Amino acid sequence: MAMLSFEGKYRVRGGTLVGGDLFDFWVGPFYVGFFGVTTIFFSLLGTALILYGAALGHVWNIWRINIAPPDISYGLGFAPIKDGGLWQAITICAIGAFSSWALRQVEISRKLGMGYHVPFAFSVAIFAYVALVVIRPVLMGAWGYGFPYGILSHLDWVSNTGYQYLHFHYNPAHMLAVSFFFTTTLALSLHGSLVLSAANPGPGEMMKTAEHENTFFRDIIGYSIGTLGIHRLGLFLALSAGFWSAVCIIISGPFWTAGWPAWWGWWLNLPIWK
Amino acid sequence: MAEYQNIFTRIQVRGPIYAGTPLEGNAAYGRGGVPTFNHLFGRLGDAQVGPIYLGTIGLAALICGFVAFEIIGLNMWASVGWDPVQFVRQLPWLALEPPAPSYGLHFPPLAQGGWWLMAGFFLTVSIMLWWIRIYRRARALGLGTHTAWAFAAAIWLYLVLGFIRPLLMGSWAEAVPFGIFPHLDWTAAFSLRYGNLFYNPFHMLSIVFLYGSTLLFAMHAATILATSRFGAERELEQISDRGTAFERGGLFWRWTMGFCASAESIHRWAWWFAVLCPLTGGIGILLTGTVVDNWYLWGTHHGLVPSYPQTWGTVVDPATLPGAPK
Repeated sequence: MAMLSFEGKYRVRGGTLVGGDLFDFWVGPFYVGFFGVTTIFFSLLGTALILYGAALGHVWNIWRINIAPPDISYGLGFAPIKDGGLWQAITICAIGAFSSWALRQVEISRKLGMGYHVPFAFSVAIFAYVALVVIRPVLMGAWGYGFPYGILSHLDWVSNTGYQYLHFHYNPAHMLAVSFFFTTTLALSLHGSLVLSAANPGPGEMMKTAEHENTFFRDIIGYSIGTLGIHRLGLFLALSAGFWSAVCIIISGPFWTAGWPAWWGWWLNLPIWK
Repeated sequence: MAEYQNIFTRIQVRGPIYAGTPLEGNAAYGRGGVPTFNHLFGRLGDAQVGPIYLGTIGLAALICGFVAFEIIGLNMWASVGWDPVQFVRQLPWLALEPPAPSYGLHFPPLAQGGWWLMAGFFLTVSIMLWWIRIYRRARALGLGTHTAWAFAAAIWLYLVLGFIRPLLMGSWAEAVPFGIFPHLDWTAAFSLRYGNLFYNPFHMLSIVFLYGSTLLFAMHAATILATSRFGAERELEQISDRGTAFERGGLFWRWTMGFCASAESIHRWAWWFAVLCPLTGGIGILLTGTVVDNWYLWGTHHGLVPSYPQTWGTVVDPATLPGAPK
Protein backbone atom coordinates (compact mmCIF):
# COMPACT_ATOMS: atom_id res chain seq x y z
CA MET A 1 0.00 0.00 0.00
CA ALA A 2 2.81 2.30 0.72
CA MET A 3 4.00 2.44 -2.87
CA LEU A 4 2.24 2.57 -6.21
CA SER A 5 3.65 0.35 -8.97
CA PHE A 6 5.51 3.26 -10.58
CA GLU A 7 6.35 5.12 -7.40
CA GLY A 8 9.75 3.62 -6.59
CA LYS A 9 11.70 5.32 -9.35
CA TYR A 10 10.44 8.78 -8.25
CA ARG A 11 11.45 8.36 -4.60
CA VAL A 12 14.87 9.97 -4.87
CA ARG A 13 16.78 12.05 -2.30
CA GLY A 14 17.26 15.79 -2.60
CA GLY A 15 15.20 18.87 -3.34
CA THR A 16 14.88 19.86 0.31
CA LEU A 17 14.98 23.54 1.28
CA VAL A 18 16.34 23.03 4.82
CA GLY A 19 17.58 20.10 6.85
CA GLY A 20 19.47 18.36 4.05
CA ASP A 21 18.89 14.60 4.25
CA LEU A 22 17.78 14.69 7.89
CA PHE A 23 14.02 14.49 7.29
CA ASP A 24 14.22 13.37 3.65
CA PHE A 25 12.03 10.27 3.96
CA TRP A 26 8.46 9.01 3.61
CA VAL A 27 5.97 7.61 6.13
CA GLY A 28 3.53 5.44 4.24
CA PRO A 29 2.39 7.56 1.28
CA PHE A 30 3.34 10.85 3.03
CA TYR A 31 6.58 12.72 2.39
CA VAL A 32 7.98 14.11 5.66
CA GLY A 33 10.79 16.66 5.24
CA PHE A 34 11.62 19.43 7.70
CA PHE A 35 8.31 21.15 6.97
CA GLY A 36 6.39 17.94 7.49
CA VAL A 37 7.73 17.93 11.04
CA THR A 38 6.74 21.58 11.59
CA THR A 39 3.32 20.91 10.03
CA ILE A 40 2.73 18.05 12.47
CA PHE A 41 3.92 20.21 15.37
CA PHE A 42 1.66 23.17 14.59
CA SER A 43 -1.39 21.15 13.59
CA LEU A 44 -1.25 18.83 16.63
CA LEU A 45 -0.71 21.75 19.00
CA GLY A 46 -3.46 23.78 17.29
CA THR A 47 -5.91 20.87 17.36
CA ALA A 48 -5.15 20.23 21.02
CA LEU A 49 -5.79 23.90 21.80
CA ILE A 50 -9.08 23.75 19.89
CA LEU A 51 -10.10 20.71 21.95
CA TYR A 52 -9.09 22.56 25.13
CA GLY A 53 -11.12 25.57 24.00
CA ALA A 54 -14.08 23.32 23.27
CA ALA A 55 -13.78 21.78 26.73
CA LEU A 56 -13.88 25.27 28.26
CA GLY A 57 -17.01 26.12 26.28
CA HIS A 58 -19.35 23.54 27.95
CA VAL A 59 -20.81 22.50 24.58
CA TRP A 60 -19.68 19.47 22.61
CA ASN A 61 -22.23 19.90 19.82
CA ILE A 62 -19.92 20.03 16.78
CA TRP A 63 -21.98 22.82 15.15
CA ARG A 64 -21.87 25.03 18.24
CA ILE A 65 -18.28 24.70 19.47
CA ASN A 66 -16.87 28.22 19.44
CA ILE A 67 -13.47 29.70 20.22
CA ALA A 68 -13.84 33.46 20.15
CA PRO A 69 -11.10 36.06 19.62
CA PRO A 70 -10.29 38.42 22.52
CA ASP A 71 -12.54 41.32 23.40
CA ILE A 72 -11.88 44.54 21.47
CA SER A 73 -10.65 46.14 24.73
CA TYR A 74 -7.46 44.02 24.55
CA GLY A 75 -6.51 45.87 21.38
CA LEU A 76 -3.47 44.30 19.74
CA GLY A 77 -2.06 42.94 23.00
CA PHE A 78 -2.00 39.39 24.31
CA ALA A 79 -5.17 38.28 26.07
CA PRO A 80 -5.47 35.79 28.98
CA ILE A 81 -5.61 32.22 27.66
CA LYS A 82 -9.28 31.69 28.63
CA ASP A 83 -10.29 35.13 27.37
CA GLY A 84 -9.19 35.03 23.74
CA GLY A 85 -5.55 34.06 24.27
CA LEU A 86 -6.48 30.60 23.08
CA TRP A 87 -7.75 32.09 19.80
CA GLN A 88 -4.46 33.96 19.41
CA ALA A 89 -2.41 30.79 20.02
CA ILE A 90 -4.59 28.78 17.62
CA THR A 91 -4.16 31.50 14.98
CA ILE A 92 -0.37 31.32 15.33
CA CYS A 93 -0.55 27.51 15.03
CA ALA A 94 -2.79 27.76 11.96
CA ILE A 95 -0.49 30.20 10.16
CA GLY A 96 2.50 28.04 11.12
CA ALA A 97 0.80 24.87 9.85
CA PHE A 98 -0.43 26.45 6.60
CA SER A 99 2.99 27.99 5.83
CA SER A 100 4.74 24.70 6.63
CA TRP A 101 2.33 22.89 4.33
CA ALA A 102 3.09 25.33 1.48
CA LEU A 103 6.85 24.97 1.97
CA ARG A 104 6.50 21.18 2.08
CA GLN A 105 4.69 21.45 -1.27
CA VAL A 106 7.70 23.41 -2.57
CA GLU A 107 10.03 20.60 -1.50
CA ILE A 108 7.82 17.95 -3.11
CA SER A 109 7.61 20.04 -6.31
CA ARG A 110 11.42 20.24 -6.44
CA LYS A 111 11.72 16.52 -5.84
CA LEU A 112 9.38 15.74 -8.75
CA GLY A 113 10.82 18.34 -11.16
CA MET A 114 7.56 20.28 -11.13
CA GLY A 115 6.81 24.00 -11.29
CA TYR A 116 5.78 25.88 -8.16
CA HIS A 117 2.16 26.52 -9.22
CA VAL A 118 0.55 24.52 -6.41
CA PRO A 119 2.39 26.15 -3.47
CA PHE A 120 1.88 29.55 -5.13
CA ALA A 121 -1.85 28.88 -5.46
CA PHE A 122 -2.03 27.71 -1.85
CA SER A 123 -0.26 30.91 -0.79
CA VAL A 124 -3.20 32.90 -2.14
CA ALA A 125 -5.55 30.93 0.14
CA ILE A 126 -3.18 31.53 3.08
CA PHE A 127 -3.18 35.23 2.19
CA ALA A 128 -6.99 35.29 2.32
CA TYR A 129 -6.92 33.65 5.78
CA VAL A 130 -4.19 36.01 7.04
CA ALA A 131 -6.17 38.96 5.67
CA LEU A 132 -9.10 37.94 7.90
CA VAL A 133 -7.27 37.18 11.15
CA VAL A 134 -4.13 39.38 10.99
CA ILE A 135 -4.12 42.15 8.36
CA ARG A 136 -7.63 43.52 8.98
CA PRO A 137 -7.47 43.16 12.81
CA VAL A 138 -4.09 44.98 12.84
CA LEU A 139 -5.47 47.76 10.62
CA MET A 140 -8.57 48.01 12.84
CA GLY A 141 -6.44 48.01 16.00
CA ALA A 142 -7.75 44.91 17.82
CA TRP A 143 -7.51 41.13 17.49
CA GLY A 144 -11.19 41.08 18.36
CA TYR A 145 -11.96 41.87 14.71
CA GLY A 146 -10.79 38.40 13.66
CA PHE A 147 -13.42 35.76 13.03
CA PRO A 148 -14.27 33.16 15.71
CA TYR A 149 -13.33 29.50 15.21
CA GLY A 150 -16.53 27.51 15.08
CA ILE A 151 -18.77 26.11 12.35
CA LEU A 152 -21.90 28.18 13.02
CA SER A 153 -20.14 30.97 14.89
CA HIS A 154 -18.00 31.91 11.90
CA LEU A 155 -21.17 32.07 9.79
CA ASP A 156 -22.70 34.44 12.37
CA TRP A 157 -19.53 36.53 12.17
CA VAL A 158 -19.79 36.76 8.37
CA SER A 159 -23.44 37.74 8.65
CA ASN A 160 -22.88 40.36 11.36
CA THR A 161 -19.79 41.83 9.72
CA GLY A 162 -21.64 42.04 6.41
CA TYR A 163 -24.62 43.88 7.88
CA GLN A 164 -22.31 46.34 9.69
CA TYR A 165 -21.77 47.71 6.19
CA LEU A 166 -25.56 47.60 5.53
CA HIS A 167 -25.41 45.43 2.43
CA PHE A 168 -22.16 43.66 1.63
CA HIS A 169 -23.22 42.71 -1.92
CA TYR A 170 -22.54 46.35 -2.88
CA ASN A 171 -18.83 46.00 -1.94
CA PRO A 172 -17.16 46.16 -5.40
CA ALA A 173 -14.37 43.74 -4.40
CA HIS A 174 -16.99 41.34 -3.01
CA MET A 175 -18.79 41.57 -6.37
CA LEU A 176 -15.57 40.65 -8.16
CA ALA A 177 -14.83 37.80 -5.74
CA VAL A 178 -18.32 36.27 -6.05
CA SER A 179 -18.22 36.63 -9.85
CA PHE A 180 -14.86 34.84 -9.91
CA PHE A 181 -16.18 32.05 -7.64
CA PHE A 182 -19.18 31.50 -9.93
CA THR A 183 -17.09 31.75 -13.09
CA THR A 184 -14.52 29.29 -11.71
CA THR A 185 -17.28 26.79 -10.94
CA LEU A 186 -18.75 27.25 -14.42
CA ALA A 187 -15.34 26.80 -16.04
CA LEU A 188 -14.64 23.74 -13.90
CA SER A 189 -17.92 22.13 -14.92
CA LEU A 190 -17.19 22.86 -18.59
CA HIS A 191 -13.65 21.47 -18.35
CA GLY A 192 -14.63 18.37 -16.35
CA SER A 193 -17.57 17.70 -18.68
CA LEU A 194 -15.49 18.12 -21.82
CA VAL A 195 -12.76 15.69 -20.77
CA LEU A 196 -15.29 13.14 -19.50
CA SER A 197 -17.39 13.43 -22.68
CA ALA A 198 -14.33 12.81 -24.87
CA ALA A 199 -13.09 9.93 -22.70
CA ASN A 200 -16.57 8.36 -22.30
CA PRO A 201 -18.33 8.85 -25.64
CA GLY A 202 -20.92 6.14 -25.03
CA PRO A 203 -21.28 2.45 -25.86
CA GLY A 204 -19.71 1.32 -29.13
CA GLU A 205 -17.92 4.64 -29.73
CA MET A 206 -14.15 5.14 -29.96
CA MET A 207 -12.54 7.37 -27.35
CA LYS A 208 -12.24 10.89 -28.76
CA THR A 209 -9.32 13.33 -29.03
CA ALA A 210 -8.40 16.90 -28.14
CA GLU A 211 -9.40 17.85 -31.72
CA HIS A 212 -12.96 16.77 -30.87
CA GLU A 213 -12.83 18.83 -27.67
CA ASN A 214 -11.71 21.92 -29.59
CA THR A 215 -14.31 21.36 -32.29
CA PHE A 216 -17.11 21.01 -29.72
CA PHE A 217 -16.38 24.41 -28.21
CA ARG A 218 -15.76 26.09 -31.58
CA ASP A 219 -19.08 24.70 -32.82
CA ILE A 220 -20.90 26.04 -29.77
CA ILE A 221 -19.33 29.43 -29.04
CA GLY A 222 -16.86 29.91 -31.88
CA TYR A 223 -13.78 29.60 -29.69
CA SER A 224 -11.89 26.87 -27.86
CA ILE A 225 -9.18 27.94 -25.45
CA GLY A 226 -7.39 24.60 -25.79
CA THR A 227 -6.04 21.96 -23.43
CA LEU A 228 -3.22 24.06 -21.98
CA GLY A 229 -5.16 27.34 -21.96
CA ILE A 230 -8.07 26.01 -19.89
CA HIS A 231 -5.69 25.23 -17.04
CA ARG A 232 -4.12 28.70 -17.22
CA LEU A 233 -7.60 30.22 -17.24
CA GLY A 234 -8.83 27.97 -14.41
CA LEU A 235 -5.87 28.84 -12.19
CA PHE A 236 -6.33 32.55 -12.91
CA LEU A 237 -10.07 32.43 -12.12
CA ALA A 238 -9.63 30.42 -8.91
CA LEU A 239 -6.80 32.58 -7.58
CA SER A 240 -8.69 35.76 -8.49
CA ALA A 241 -11.63 34.53 -6.40
CA GLY A 242 -9.37 34.12 -3.36
CA PHE A 243 -7.47 37.34 -3.95
CA TRP A 244 -10.55 39.57 -4.29
CA SER A 245 -12.14 37.88 -1.27
CA ALA A 246 -9.14 39.05 0.75
CA VAL A 247 -9.36 42.55 -0.73
CA CYS A 248 -13.09 42.84 -0.05
CA ILE A 249 -12.68 42.25 3.69
CA ILE A 250 -9.46 44.28 4.09
CA ILE A 251 -11.14 47.39 2.65
CA SER A 252 -14.25 46.94 4.88
CA GLY A 253 -13.47 48.97 7.98
CA PRO A 254 -9.90 50.12 7.46
CA PHE A 255 -10.71 51.96 4.22
CA TRP A 256 -14.51 52.27 4.11
CA THR A 257 -16.67 52.67 7.21
CA ALA A 258 -20.06 53.62 5.74
CA GLY A 259 -22.57 51.28 4.17
CA TRP A 260 -21.36 49.75 0.91
CA PRO A 261 -24.42 50.94 -1.10
CA ALA A 262 -23.25 54.53 -0.42
CA TRP A 263 -19.85 53.80 -1.97
CA TRP A 264 -21.47 53.90 -5.42
CA GLY A 265 -22.20 57.62 -5.03
CA TRP A 266 -19.04 58.42 -7.02
CA TRP A 267 -20.65 56.89 -10.09
CA LEU A 268 -23.89 58.86 -9.72
CA ASN A 269 -21.89 62.06 -9.17
CA LEU A 270 -19.45 61.75 -12.07
CA PRO A 271 -18.87 65.19 -13.65
CA ILE A 272 -20.06 63.96 -17.06
CA TRP A 273 -23.70 63.90 -15.92
CA LYS A 274 -23.69 65.99 -12.79
CA MET B 1 15.42 30.70 -9.28
CA ALA B 2 13.73 32.37 -12.22
CA GLU B 3 12.35 29.35 -14.03
CA TYR B 4 9.85 29.16 -16.87
CA GLN B 5 6.48 28.39 -15.27
CA ASN B 6 4.41 28.23 -18.49
CA ILE B 7 1.97 30.99 -17.52
CA PHE B 8 1.66 32.25 -21.10
CA THR B 9 2.80 31.17 -24.56
CA ARG B 10 6.04 32.87 -25.55
CA ILE B 11 6.35 31.68 -29.14
CA GLN B 12 3.18 31.12 -31.14
CA VAL B 13 3.31 28.61 -33.97
CA ARG B 14 0.83 29.27 -36.79
CA GLY B 15 -0.35 26.16 -38.56
CA PRO B 16 -3.24 26.06 -41.03
CA ILE B 17 -6.75 26.81 -39.72
CA TYR B 18 -8.36 23.65 -38.37
CA ALA B 19 -11.85 23.16 -39.81
CA GLY B 20 -12.93 20.77 -37.04
CA THR B 21 -13.66 17.07 -36.78
CA PRO B 22 -16.37 15.80 -39.14
CA LEU B 23 -20.04 16.06 -38.12
CA GLU B 24 -22.25 12.98 -38.04
CA GLY B 25 -25.53 13.21 -39.95
CA ASN B 26 -26.92 16.11 -41.96
CA ALA B 27 -26.56 19.69 -40.73
CA ALA B 28 -28.97 22.32 -42.07
CA TYR B 29 -26.47 25.18 -41.93
CA GLY B 30 -23.19 23.56 -40.95
CA ARG B 31 -20.21 25.54 -39.78
CA GLY B 32 -19.93 29.19 -40.72
CA GLY B 33 -17.82 32.27 -40.25
CA VAL B 34 -14.30 32.99 -41.47
CA PRO B 35 -11.80 31.59 -38.94
CA THR B 36 -8.94 33.89 -37.96
CA PHE B 37 -6.01 33.97 -35.55
CA ASN B 38 -5.92 36.35 -32.59
CA HIS B 39 -2.48 37.02 -31.15
CA LEU B 40 -3.68 37.95 -27.65
CA PHE B 41 -5.83 34.82 -27.38
CA GLY B 42 -2.75 32.89 -28.45
CA ARG B 43 -0.82 34.22 -25.47
CA LEU B 44 -3.14 32.38 -23.09
CA GLY B 45 -4.66 29.54 -25.14
CA ASP B 46 -5.51 28.66 -28.72
CA ALA B 47 -5.13 31.55 -31.18
CA GLN B 48 -7.76 30.26 -33.61
CA VAL B 49 -11.17 31.97 -33.47
CA GLY B 50 -14.00 30.24 -35.37
CA PRO B 51 -15.58 28.61 -37.26
CA ILE B 52 -18.89 28.38 -35.39
CA TYR B 53 -21.84 26.06 -35.87
CA LEU B 54 -24.97 28.20 -35.86
CA GLY B 55 -27.77 25.86 -36.93
CA THR B 56 -31.54 26.37 -36.61
CA ILE B 57 -31.68 25.77 -32.86
CA GLY B 58 -28.67 27.96 -32.16
CA LEU B 59 -30.20 30.76 -34.22
CA ALA B 60 -33.55 30.39 -32.42
CA ALA B 61 -31.80 30.43 -29.02
CA LEU B 62 -29.93 33.61 -29.89
CA ILE B 63 -33.10 35.30 -31.16
CA CYS B 64 -35.05 34.39 -27.99
CA GLY B 65 -32.16 35.55 -25.83
CA PHE B 66 -32.02 38.82 -27.78
CA VAL B 67 -35.78 39.34 -27.32
CA ALA B 68 -35.46 38.83 -23.54
CA PHE B 69 -32.44 41.18 -23.42
CA GLU B 70 -34.37 43.85 -25.36
CA ILE B 71 -37.49 43.57 -23.18
CA ILE B 72 -35.36 44.00 -20.06
CA GLY B 73 -33.28 46.84 -21.48
CA LEU B 74 -36.18 48.78 -22.99
CA ASN B 75 -38.20 48.50 -19.76
CA MET B 76 -35.23 49.84 -17.83
CA TRP B 77 -34.86 52.67 -20.33
CA ALA B 78 -38.58 53.46 -20.10
CA SER B 79 -38.28 53.59 -16.30
CA VAL B 80 -36.04 56.69 -16.61
CA GLY B 81 -38.34 58.41 -19.10
CA TRP B 82 -36.27 57.34 -22.14
CA ASP B 83 -33.43 59.62 -21.05
CA PRO B 84 -30.27 58.05 -22.56
CA VAL B 85 -27.91 59.76 -20.08
CA GLN B 86 -29.94 58.69 -17.03
CA PHE B 87 -30.23 55.19 -18.51
CA VAL B 88 -26.44 54.79 -18.43
CA ARG B 89 -26.07 56.65 -15.13
CA GLN B 90 -28.65 54.62 -13.25
CA LEU B 91 -28.23 51.35 -15.14
CA PRO B 92 -26.85 49.32 -12.19
CA TRP B 93 -29.91 50.36 -10.11
CA LEU B 94 -32.55 49.83 -12.80
CA ALA B 95 -34.83 46.81 -12.73
CA LEU B 96 -37.53 44.91 -14.51
CA GLU B 97 -39.54 43.76 -11.47
CA PRO B 98 -41.93 40.79 -11.32
CA PRO B 99 -45.67 41.45 -10.76
CA ALA B 100 -46.98 42.58 -7.35
CA PRO B 101 -48.16 39.82 -4.95
CA SER B 102 -51.81 40.82 -5.54
CA TYR B 103 -51.62 39.34 -9.04
CA GLY B 104 -50.77 35.90 -7.70
CA LEU B 105 -50.06 33.63 -10.66
CA HIS B 106 -52.27 35.61 -13.05
CA PHE B 107 -51.05 37.55 -16.08
CA PRO B 108 -50.83 41.21 -15.06
CA PRO B 109 -50.90 44.26 -17.39
CA LEU B 110 -47.62 44.67 -19.28
CA ALA B 111 -46.38 47.64 -17.23
CA GLN B 112 -47.25 45.88 -13.93
CA GLY B 113 -45.06 42.85 -14.42
CA GLY B 114 -46.35 41.48 -17.72
CA TRP B 115 -43.10 42.43 -19.37
CA TRP B 116 -41.25 40.59 -16.61
CA LEU B 117 -43.21 37.41 -17.34
CA MET B 118 -42.54 37.81 -21.06
CA ALA B 119 -38.81 38.40 -20.59
CA GLY B 120 -38.66 35.35 -18.32
CA PHE B 121 -40.49 33.27 -20.91
CA PHE B 122 -38.14 34.19 -23.75
CA LEU B 123 -35.04 33.79 -21.56
CA THR B 124 -36.24 30.34 -20.48
CA VAL B 125 -36.96 29.28 -24.08
CA SER B 126 -33.53 30.58 -25.08
CA ILE B 127 -31.83 28.58 -22.31
CA MET B 128 -33.78 25.42 -23.15
CA LEU B 129 -32.86 25.72 -26.83
CA TRP B 130 -29.24 26.25 -25.84
CA TRP B 131 -29.41 23.04 -23.79
CA ILE B 132 -30.73 21.16 -26.84
CA ARG B 133 -27.94 22.72 -28.89
CA ILE B 134 -25.25 21.54 -26.46
CA TYR B 135 -26.74 18.05 -26.36
CA ARG B 136 -26.96 17.80 -30.16
CA ARG B 137 -23.51 19.28 -30.86
CA ALA B 138 -22.00 16.68 -28.50
CA ARG B 139 -23.87 13.85 -30.24
CA ALA B 140 -22.95 15.14 -33.71
CA LEU B 141 -19.27 14.91 -32.78
CA GLY B 142 -19.65 11.48 -31.17
CA LEU B 143 -18.98 12.88 -27.69
CA GLY B 144 -20.70 12.02 -24.39
CA THR B 145 -23.40 14.39 -23.15
CA HIS B 146 -21.71 15.37 -19.86
CA THR B 147 -21.75 19.11 -20.67
CA ALA B 148 -25.50 19.09 -21.30
CA TRP B 149 -26.21 17.40 -17.96
CA ALA B 150 -23.94 19.77 -16.07
CA PHE B 151 -25.79 22.65 -17.75
CA ALA B 152 -29.07 21.03 -16.65
CA ALA B 153 -27.96 21.42 -13.00
CA ALA B 154 -27.58 25.17 -13.53
CA ILE B 155 -30.98 25.31 -15.30
CA TRP B 156 -32.51 23.57 -12.26
CA LEU B 157 -31.38 26.42 -9.98
CA TYR B 158 -32.59 29.01 -12.50
CA LEU B 159 -36.02 27.37 -12.77
CA VAL B 160 -36.38 27.01 -8.99
CA LEU B 161 -35.68 30.73 -8.49
CA GLY B 162 -37.86 32.07 -11.27
CA PHE B 163 -40.54 29.45 -11.85
CA ILE B 164 -40.93 26.41 -9.55
CA ARG B 165 -40.75 28.21 -6.18
CA PRO B 166 -43.04 31.08 -7.31
CA LEU B 167 -45.52 28.41 -8.49
CA LEU B 168 -45.43 26.66 -5.10
CA MET B 169 -45.74 29.99 -3.26
CA GLY B 170 -48.63 30.99 -5.53
CA SER B 171 -47.19 34.28 -6.70
CA TRP B 172 -44.83 35.54 -9.39
CA ALA B 173 -43.81 38.25 -6.92
CA GLU B 174 -41.61 35.65 -5.20
CA ALA B 175 -39.29 35.51 -8.22
CA VAL B 176 -36.04 37.41 -8.78
CA PRO B 177 -36.12 40.78 -10.58
CA PHE B 178 -33.90 41.44 -13.62
CA GLY B 179 -31.27 44.04 -12.80
CA ILE B 180 -27.74 44.30 -11.40
CA PHE B 181 -28.24 45.79 -7.92
CA PRO B 182 -31.94 44.80 -7.73
CA HIS B 183 -31.11 41.07 -7.87
CA LEU B 184 -28.58 41.61 -5.07
CA ASP B 185 -31.27 43.43 -3.05
CA TRP B 186 -33.60 40.50 -3.67
CA THR B 187 -30.97 38.07 -2.40
CA ALA B 188 -30.36 40.01 0.83
CA ALA B 189 -34.07 40.55 1.43
CA PHE B 190 -34.78 36.85 0.81
CA SER B 191 -32.17 35.82 3.36
CA LEU B 192 -33.50 38.28 5.98
CA ARG B 193 -37.13 37.34 5.36
CA TYR B 194 -36.46 33.66 6.02
CA GLY B 195 -34.26 34.04 9.11
CA ASN B 196 -30.78 34.11 7.49
CA LEU B 197 -29.98 31.63 4.76
CA PHE B 198 -26.65 30.80 6.45
CA TYR B 199 -28.64 28.45 8.73
CA ASN B 200 -30.07 26.63 5.69
CA PRO B 201 -28.13 23.31 5.43
CA PHE B 202 -28.53 23.15 1.65
CA HIS B 203 -27.18 26.68 1.37
CA MET B 204 -24.21 25.47 3.44
CA LEU B 205 -23.71 22.54 1.05
CA SER B 206 -23.98 24.80 -1.98
CA ILE B 207 -21.30 27.13 -0.59
CA VAL B 208 -19.11 24.14 0.24
CA PHE B 209 -19.32 22.99 -3.37
CA LEU B 210 -18.76 26.53 -4.68
CA TYR B 211 -15.59 26.96 -2.62
CA GLY B 212 -14.72 23.30 -3.17
CA SER B 213 -14.93 23.77 -6.95
CA THR B 214 -12.61 26.77 -6.72
CA LEU B 215 -10.19 24.80 -4.56
CA LEU B 216 -10.34 21.81 -6.91
CA PHE B 217 -9.76 23.91 -10.01
CA ALA B 218 -6.81 25.67 -8.35
CA MET B 219 -5.32 22.31 -7.34
CA HIS B 220 -5.95 20.66 -10.72
CA ALA B 221 -4.94 23.58 -12.93
CA ALA B 222 -1.80 24.25 -10.86
CA THR B 223 -0.82 20.57 -11.03
CA ILE B 224 -1.26 20.46 -14.81
CA LEU B 225 0.69 23.68 -15.36
CA ALA B 226 3.44 22.52 -12.98
CA THR B 227 3.85 19.31 -15.01
CA SER B 228 3.19 20.83 -18.44
CA ARG B 229 6.88 20.45 -19.35
CA PHE B 230 6.09 16.72 -19.39
CA GLY B 231 2.94 17.21 -21.51
CA ALA B 232 0.35 17.05 -18.71
CA GLU B 233 -2.17 19.11 -20.68
CA ARG B 234 -2.63 16.15 -23.05
CA GLU B 235 -5.13 14.74 -20.59
CA LEU B 236 -6.93 12.33 -22.93
CA GLU B 237 -3.62 10.65 -23.81
CA GLN B 238 -2.81 10.52 -20.08
CA ILE B 239 -6.19 8.87 -19.43
CA SER B 240 -5.69 6.11 -22.00
CA ASP B 241 -1.93 5.73 -21.45
CA ARG B 242 -0.56 7.27 -18.27
CA GLY B 243 2.82 8.98 -18.72
CA THR B 244 5.37 10.63 -16.46
CA ALA B 245 3.38 13.90 -16.35
CA PHE B 246 0.47 12.36 -14.48
CA GLU B 247 2.69 10.03 -12.49
CA ARG B 248 4.47 13.10 -11.09
CA GLY B 249 1.26 15.08 -10.64
CA GLY B 250 -0.38 12.15 -8.88
CA LEU B 251 2.62 11.49 -6.66
CA PHE B 252 2.73 15.18 -5.72
CA TRP B 253 -0.69 14.87 -4.07
CA ARG B 254 -0.01 11.39 -2.71
CA TRP B 255 3.12 12.65 -0.97
CA THR B 256 1.37 15.84 0.15
CA MET B 257 -1.91 14.46 1.48
CA GLY B 258 -1.72 10.70 1.11
CA PHE B 259 -4.21 10.46 -1.73
CA CYS B 260 -4.38 11.30 -5.40
CA ALA B 261 -6.88 11.15 -8.25
CA SER B 262 -6.15 9.78 -11.74
CA ALA B 263 -6.18 11.67 -15.03
CA GLU B 264 -9.82 10.67 -15.53
CA SER B 265 -11.09 10.66 -11.95
CA ILE B 266 -9.95 14.24 -11.23
CA HIS B 267 -12.44 15.32 -13.89
CA ARG B 268 -15.18 13.27 -12.23
CA TRP B 269 -14.41 15.08 -8.94
CA ALA B 270 -14.55 18.34 -10.88
CA TRP B 271 -17.84 17.51 -12.56
CA TRP B 272 -19.59 16.48 -9.34
CA PHE B 273 -18.34 19.41 -7.29
CA ALA B 274 -19.42 21.90 -9.94
CA VAL B 275 -22.79 20.19 -10.56
CA LEU B 276 -23.64 19.78 -6.86
CA CYS B 277 -23.22 23.53 -6.27
CA PRO B 278 -26.41 24.60 -8.13
CA LEU B 279 -28.12 21.26 -7.40
CA THR B 280 -27.97 21.66 -3.61
CA GLY B 281 -28.49 25.42 -3.90
CA GLY B 282 -31.72 24.85 -5.81
CA ILE B 283 -32.97 22.45 -3.11
CA GLY B 284 -32.18 25.07 -0.46
CA ILE B 285 -34.15 27.77 -2.29
CA LEU B 286 -37.05 25.43 -3.01
CA LEU B 287 -37.44 24.57 0.70
CA THR B 288 -37.35 28.22 1.77
CA GLY B 289 -40.81 29.63 2.42
CA THR B 290 -42.47 26.45 1.19
CA VAL B 291 -41.31 24.01 3.89
CA VAL B 292 -39.26 26.17 6.26
CA ASP B 293 -40.31 29.71 7.17
CA ASN B 294 -37.36 30.70 9.36
CA TRP B 295 -33.98 28.98 9.05
CA TYR B 296 -32.72 30.43 12.33
CA LEU B 297 -35.63 28.95 14.25
CA TRP B 298 -35.16 25.72 12.28
CA GLY B 299 -31.52 25.76 13.40
CA THR B 300 -32.36 26.27 17.08
CA HIS B 301 -35.00 23.53 16.87
CA HIS B 302 -32.43 21.05 15.51
CA GLY B 303 -29.63 22.01 17.90
CA LEU B 304 -27.63 23.74 15.19
CA VAL B 305 -27.51 27.17 16.81
CA PRO B 306 -27.93 28.44 20.35
CA SER B 307 -30.93 30.67 21.04
CA TYR B 308 -29.38 34.03 21.71
CA PRO B 309 -30.32 36.04 24.83
CA GLN B 310 -33.21 38.49 24.44
CA THR B 311 -31.49 41.89 24.47
CA TRP B 312 -34.31 43.94 22.96
CA GLY B 313 -37.94 44.39 23.94
CA THR B 314 -40.64 42.23 22.39
CA VAL B 315 -41.29 43.33 18.80
CA VAL B 316 -44.76 43.01 17.31
CA ASP B 317 -44.82 41.45 13.87
CA PRO B 318 -46.05 44.31 11.62
CA ALA B 319 -47.88 41.80 9.43
CA THR B 320 -50.28 41.08 12.33
CA LEU B 321 -51.30 44.75 12.80
CA PRO B 322 -54.59 46.09 11.44
CA GLY B 323 -54.08 47.76 8.07
CA ALA B 324 -51.17 45.51 7.11
CA PRO B 325 -51.33 44.18 3.55
CA LYS B 326 -52.90 40.75 3.43
